[in-house]
Amino acid sequence: MESIHDSVLAGRRICRSFSGNQVLFDVDLVLRAGEVHALLGENGAGKSTLVRILAGYLSPSSGDVLVGGEQRQYRSSGEAESDGIVMIHQELALADQLSVEENIFLGREIRQGPFLDRSAMRARCREALAALESDVDPRQRIKELSTSDQQMVEIAKAITHDVRVLIMDEPTAALTEHEVQVLFALIARLRERGVAILYISHKLREIAQIADRVTVLRDGRLIETGLASAYDTEELSRLMVGREITEMYPARAVVSEQAPVVLEARDIVVPRAVHHASFSLRQGEVLGFGGVVGAGRTALIESILGLRRRSAGQVLHKGQPVIFRHLRDAVRHRIAYLTEDRKGKGLVLNMGLRPNLTLMNLRDYCHPLIDRRREDQAFDAAVERFDIRLRTQASTVAELSGGNQQKLLLAKVMSIDPEIVIINEPTRGIDVGTKQEIYHFIRELTDAGKSVILISSEMSELIGLSHRVAVMCAGVLTGILEEEQISEQEIMQYASGIKGVGADEQRRA
Amino acid sequence: MSNVVPEHKSSKRGTVSIDFKTWGPFVALVVLALLGVLINPAFLGLDNLANMLTRSAFIGIIAVGATFVITAGGLDLSVGSMAAFIAGVMIILMNGVLEQFGPGLVTVSIGVGASLILGVGAGFINGIVTTKGRIEAFIVTLGTMGIYRSLVTYLADGGTLTLDWNVRDVYRPVYYDSLLGIPIPVWVFLFVAVTGYILLNYTRFGRYCFAIGSNEKVAEYSAIHVDRVKTLTYVMQGVCVSLATIIYVPRLGSASAATGVLWELEAIAAVIIGGTVLKGGHGRIWGTVVGAIMLTMIGNILNLTDAISNYLNGTVQGIIIIVAVYLQRAAWRKGEP
Repeated sequence: MESIHDSVLAGRRICRSFSGNQVLFDVDLVLRAGEVHALLGENGAGKSTLVRILAGYLSPSSGDVLVGGEQRQYRSSGEAESDGIVMIHQELALADQLSVEENIFLGREIRQGPFLDRSAMRARCREALAALESDVDPRQRIKELSTSDQQMVEIAKAITHDVRVLIMDEPTAALTEHEVQVLFALIARLRERGVAILYISHKLREIAQIADRVTVLRDGRLIETGLASAYDTEELSRLMVGREITEMYPARAVVSEQAPVVLEARDIVVPRAVHHASFSLRQGEVLGFGGVVGAGRTALIESILGLRRRSAGQVLHKGQPVIFRHLRDAVRHRIAYLTEDRKGKGLVLNMGLRPNLTLMNLRDYCHPLIDRRREDQAFDAAVERFDIRLRTQASTVAELSGGNQQKLLLAKVMSIDPEIVIINEPTRGIDVGTKQEIYHFIRELTDAGKSVILISSEMSELIGLSHRVAVMCAGVLTGILEEEQISEQEIMQYASGIKGVGADEQRRA
Repeated sequence: MSNVVPEHKSSKRGTVSIDFKTWGPFVALVVLALLGVLINPAFLGLDNLANMLTRSAFIGIIAVGATFVITAGGLDLSVGSMAAFIAGVMIILMNGVLEQFGPGLVTVSIGVGASLILGVGAGFINGIVTTKGRIEAFIVTLGTMGIYRSLVTYLADGGTLTLDWNVRDVYRPVYYDSLLGIPIPVWVFLFVAVTGYILLNYTRFGRYCFAIGSNEKVAEYSAIHVDRVKTLTYVMQGVCVSLATIIYVPRLGSASAATGVLWELEAIAAVIIGGTVLKGGHGRIWGTVVGAIMLTMIGNILNLTDAISNYLNGTVQGIIIIVAVYLQRAAWRKGEP
């Protein structure tokens, strides 16, 4: 079997508790030089805790962290970094107002005497960005960059370290398809240089593509570890969830030809984001929205809902022209919107679970003072209906796992009892089991005669759930695919502007 | 480079720190009161207590308003100048209508009405400029603070505006009289505090203040009219300033450029001592009330003793503010997951 002594980094019998609540139980993990090791598990399985322990951000309650076979007790992540163990965070940890190069060398600036050696830092920064095929300017401020560029900077920051172990927690969540491929090429190069890579992802397809070995955690326990080639994706899902995942996507509900149009957008223009987009949504249908990150899907939807300004265009609700000046107006028409930015826009992290649940529809709990008992009842009902798992009495949302946060957010927007539900990236950073629950929930919605708009960057999700798929590319709605037209290849071609409306202009641009 | 989070955070310690966060201001108040009794038994005299509460009413009432503004992530630096300006206008107006209506209830009512209108208006201006203009509250209220201060100086022509003696005689009881043995200003303070408590903890408005102070984006995406709620907090602040001014004017019967100087900082100090988070998202009305009483109590205790010069009032207050917040922060840190 594998020996801890020829490993670069290993955890031995690691346990960890948070205020009396144990989240890791005797977990072993061995990382060898030059391997890509995938760490799998559902949300809340303890993956993030484990890697934070290995990277020196947390100390284990018991058990050892070993580097090259020697025991280490890190007091800070800086000590782990000087051992060559670097972690790229799921949540970007960059200083907004500093430039790219200042961020990359933050805390370890190259100096000449007492002064900063800016040219040396810029040169090394350029090198790292070039390796990532990124065209980010080192002098740009972080806040001027897109999320995917920020992610690239975070990765560049890691590889400018003298890195022996690179830990990546969901690195591709905010990346475009092309950037993902670049990242994978980089991972391959690092692996050849003997760097060990610990890779956390929920995208099993990615795992199959790059991982040498996999380790599966469930409920804080080590379930299995072995060669990646020994498992197929169904097997891995089963190990993660602990049960067989059958019918990931439920069969689509039938939409009758006569189903009325409930929402229609005509010629929507959002400055610098959307050019003359039109679409309609029929009752009981799931209308998918495909395209790469930044194609203007969110801008289009948010401009309809009154969250963004649009410079032209008309919206019709059940045939009647409407103007939503504020999201409240849309809510009054029973339209619910689930944002893609769960933590930044969806939930108040430092607030309790109940107030978060009722925030959107607080009116219903007031007569005129807030009725806390009814809030509690609503919360218990939501826990039941959306299967929110509370292992402990979490007092704030921040303490919930990503999947449970997403369910709570879903419960929150559903509290207005909507007729139209617009869901933006509902499964970003979410495990297989929760994904399946959300897919079935969408099916229940359409069964109940509600209509759904689904914005997603996950191709299989669009294909598996949508009756029709609208595809956008660089602000242009290039086409709406129906029935057998809906395939990965078609969506890709429309999303890259090779096919569909405005294809010629796209090519010229 | 973050430090390793150590593991020893048993649930036991968690509850201790939470309790401290809730009860800290009250504990501090009791300790301070005990100190007062030790220094001079006269401290506990009914006259002294009533006097102290009456004095703390001004800052206290203003601070209750400030609790809403700060909880919703804002700040209002203009309250002291606003109070001076409102007091000045009230006096001019009441003196002006004196001939027509005589020194009676009508004249005083006109003054009180004007005060409320000015308070609502001034708060509305702060709110609307902050929200619609997308300017930081600090900058906007720094501006209005200068404006109101200079306006009152201008109205008083650099001197002092004095309320006509006849009107003052009618108006006097509002500050000096008692109801059921409790001075009127204390009743007003109590009324404002109870109303504030209910508003903050049991209404949509209060819940929205918490949400907006924690994360404005989330509030916006929860279909909350963020600008409206924020503006409303400034309007409430204005009303509180107006109420404080209404009970302040009969006390001295005058207003000048020196009226209400540094009240804004005392109000903010009271809010912070009470456990409201300065950057928003968490507010506590009773904490604020205790904070306001504590600030007055410090001055009162120093008055009763010769051990520390009365001129060092600010020093003691300053130390207490810093220590109070330090203790709260330490509690916050321990409470983190």
